[in-house]
Amino acid sequence: MRKFLFFLTFFGTLSIIIVFYLGLKTEKIYSTKDLIGKPISEVNLDLLNTDGSFNTSELKNNNFTLINFWASWCGPCRKEHKYLIELSKNDNIKILGVNFKDNKLKANKFLNKLGNPYFLIAKDDSGKKSIDFGVYGIPESILIDKNLVIIQKYIGPINKKDVKYIFNAIGS
Amino acid sequence: MLSKIGILSTLISTILSFLLVYQSFSEVKSKNNIISKKFYYLSFYQLLFIIFSFLILLFGYIFSDFSLINVYENSHTTKPLFYKITGTWGNHEGSLLLWINIMVLFSFLFLVYKKNTEKKFKLFTLIFQNILILFFLIFLLTNSNPFSEIYPAPSQGMGLNPILQDPALGIHPPLLYLGFVSSSIYFSAALASLICRLEANVFAKFIKLWVVISWSFQTLGILVGSIWAYYELGWGGYWFWDPVENSSLMPWFLMTALFHSLLVLEKKNGLYAWVLILSILTFIMSVTGTFLVRSGILNSVHTFANDPSRGLFILIFLAFMISMSLIILFKYFPNEKNNFLFLSKESFVLFNNWFMIFFLTVVLIGTLYPLFLEVLSKEKVSVGPAYYNIVLAPFIVPFLFLMSYGPQSKWFSSKLVDVKKMFFIILLSFSLVFIFANFEKDSSFITTLILVFSIYLILQSFLDLYTSIKNNSFNLSRSISHLGFGMLIFFISTNNILSTESNFNLKVGETKKLTNYSIKFNNLKILKEKNYETLVGNFLITDIKNYKEENLKPEIRVYNQPKIVTYESSIKSKILSDTYLTMSNLAGSEFYSIRFQTKPFMNLIWISVLIISAGGFLRILRRENK
Repeated sequence: MRKFLFFLTFFGTLSIIIVFYLGLKTEKIYSTKDLIGKPISEVNLDLLNTDGSFNTSELKNNNFTLINFWASWCGPCRKEHKYLIELSKNDNIKILGVNFKDNKLKANKFLNKLGNPYFLIAKDDSGKKSIDFGVYGIPESILIDKNLVIIQKYIGPINKKDVKYIFNAIGS
Repeated sequence: MLSKIGILSTLISTILSFLLVYQSFSEVKSKNNIISKKFYYLSFYQLLFIIFSFLILLFGYIFSDFSLINVYENSHTTKPLFYKITGTWGNHEGSLLLWINIMVLFSFLFLVYKKNTEKKFKLFTLIFQNILILFFLIFLLTNSNPFSEIYPAPSQGMGLNPILQDPALGIHPPLLYLGFVSSSIYFSAALASLICRLEANVFAKFIKLWVVISWSFQTLGILVGSIWAYYELGWGGYWFWDPVENSSLMPWFLMTALFHSLLVLEKKNGLYAWVLILSILTFIMSVTGTFLVRSGILNSVHTFANDPSRGLFILIFLAFMISMSLIILFKYFPNEKNNFLFLSKESFVLFNNWFMIFFLTVVLIGTLYPLFLEVLSKEKVSVGPAYYNIVLAPFIVPFLFLMSYGPQSKWFSSKLVDVKKMFFIILLSFSLVFIFANFEKDSSFITTLILVFSIYLILQSFLDLYTSIKNNSFNLSRSISHLGFGMLIFFISTNNILSTESNFNLKVGETKKLTNYSIKFNNLKILKEKNYETLVGNFLITDIKNYKEENLKPEIRVYNQPKIVTYESSIKSKILSDTYLTMSNLAGSEFYSIRFQTKPFMNLIWISVLIISAGGFLRILRRENK
C-alpha cells in the first residue's frame, strides 16, 4: 500500500512538473505575431530631421524593408544597433527607423555615436502611430516585402540569429 | 569594484554553506551531545557575508553605481532615495539575494534557538537548510547575478518601473519573503525530524515559533500587496484572484492549517505525519508560486523579465526538492494511531485543516487550470473571480460557524458547549442583519448567511476575549485573530454589496449628476516633478444627501525613466467609505473618461487583516516572555 501511494504521488507530481516544463516552452506573452502574412496598414509618418511626411505605401519601392522602432532612451536598442548596421550593408533591404517618443537632439546624438543604419528616419512623438503597426513597446522590428506583407516580426532586440534569418529570407 | 566585492562576499558565503553541510555530516556521527562551537561561528559568518553582499548591492543603488548591470537596468539618478533603496529588491536578481539572506538568517536563528538540545535533529536541519541555500546561491551566481558588470559604465540608468515606485511596494517583498521564505526552515526541520525520528511533541515545540512568524509576516505581506493593488492599479479593486496573488495565498492556507495542527501535536502527539506533510508542502508551494511568477509562464506585474532559463532552474530545483522529500517521507514515515473524539477540540482542528485544504485546492485548480489547458490543448481560458466566488462562498458559512464553535470545545472531550448561549448569539446575529440590511442591491441568500455568521464569529470572539481577560488568562491571540477574520469577511461582503461605480466622459467645466453625487470637472493642470510630468485634474464631488463637498485630483503621469504612462487614481479615504476617481484621456478629444466609485469600509478591511496578523505577533511575543 505504501509503495503504491509513493508511486502515485511520485508520478502525480512528475506529470505536473512535465506540464510546467512544457508551459515554459510555449509563448505565453500576448503576441502580435499573428500579423505575419498580413499587409501593414498605410500610415503617414512625420520625418525626424526634416519637415514633411512619408507614407508607408512608398515602401513598395524597396525589395524588402525592415521597420525598426527605436529610441535613444531605450537600452536594448543600443544592444541591437550593431546588427542593424550589419543589415544596412545589404542592398536588398532598407531599414526604416521610427523614432519612438524621443527627443530629436538625443536621437541624433545616438546615431552620430553608434552609426546610422536607416535609409529614412520617421518619428512618432506620442507613440500613437506605432499602435497602427501593432507595436506596444520598443525595440520592435517588422520585416516586410515589396507588397508590404509582413514576413516576420521581432519583439525585443534583434540578435545574430535574426540577422541570419533575415539574410536568408531576402535571398542573399 | 563593487561588483568584485559583492561576488567575493557571496562566494565566501557559498563556501561557508558548503562547509556547514560537510561539517554537519561528520559531526552527526560523533557521540557528544553538544554542538561544537565552530557551527555557530560558521553560521554566523555565513550570515555576516551574505548580509554584506546585500549591503553592497544596496550601496550600488543608493550611490547609483551603473557599472552594475542590475543597478543600470533598474535605477536612475533622479529617483528619490527611498525608491533607490527599494529598487534593490524591485527586480529578479536583487530579490533573489534578499531571498537568500532570509534563508540564511533563519538557518542561523534556528541553530541558536534552544541551544544545546536535540543535536542530531538540529544538525540535520542545518544540512537540509544549507542544501537549499547552496542551490539558490549557485542559481544567483551562475544565472541571476546582481553583481554582473557593464563596461564602460553608462552615465545614466534605465529607471525603476513606475508602478513599483510606491511606498507599499517598497515593503511588500521583504514582508512576503519573511513569510514564505522563512517556511524553508520548517521544511528542513520536517525532513530532519523524519530522519532522526524525533518525538512528535518535541518537533511541535521546535517549529511552532517559526510557523507563527512566517504566518504573521505572510498575512502582512498579502495585506500590503492588496493595498498597493487598490491604490496603484486604479481599478478600484483590491483582490483580483490573479495567479500572483493566489501564489501568496496558497502557502498562507497551508501555514494556517499547519499551526492549527501543531496545537494538536503539542497536546496530544496526534497528527504527526500530517504536520510533517504540511511543513514540507508549505515551502514546496512557496517555490511553486515563485516558479509560476518568475518564469514568465504566467503574465503578471511580477514577471520581471521573461527568461526561460530562469524558470528551468527553479523547476529543476522544485523537482529535486519534491523527490527528496517524497523519498524521505516514505522511507521514514511515522506510524501513529489517531483516535479522535467527535466534537472534541482536536476534531475541530481537523475540520479547520479540511477547509484549508479545500480552499487551497480550489485556488490551485483555478490558478493552474488555464495553464494546463493551454499546454495540453492550446485552448485559452481565464478563470476569474466568478469561479472563486461561486465555489468558495457557500463553504465560508460553515467555516465561520466552526471558527466560532471550535474554540469553545474541550480537548479530549466530546461534551457539547452551551447550546442555549450559542443559539442566542446566532439569533442575535440574524436579527442584526435583518434590522440593518436595507441594501439597495438585492443580496443573495448565501451573502445573507455569510453576514449572519461573520457577525456570530465577531460576537463570539469578543465574548472569548472578555472571558480570557476576566480569567486573567493571557491567551488572547487566537480570539484576536478569529475576531479579525470575522471582521474581514463581514467588511468584504458589505463592501461588495454596497460599492457603486459609474463611468462617463467629461470635459473641463462640465458637471455630471449621479443619484447621490454630482461631479464637477473644475480644471486641469500640468506639473513637473522630479521623475515625472503629470496632468492633474481637479474635480469637485458633492454628496447631495449629506451636503458634503470634497476635491479629488486624479493624475495622468508620464515618467521619464523609463518612459511609461500611469494613471493615478485619486482616493479620499474615510473610516466608513472611500470615494475613488480615475481619469484617462481619450485620443484626439477634449473629453476625459472618468470612473467614479464609492467603496465603503475599505479601511476597515485593512484593519481586519492587521488584527488577524496582530494575533500572530502577540503569540510570538508571549513565547518570548515565557
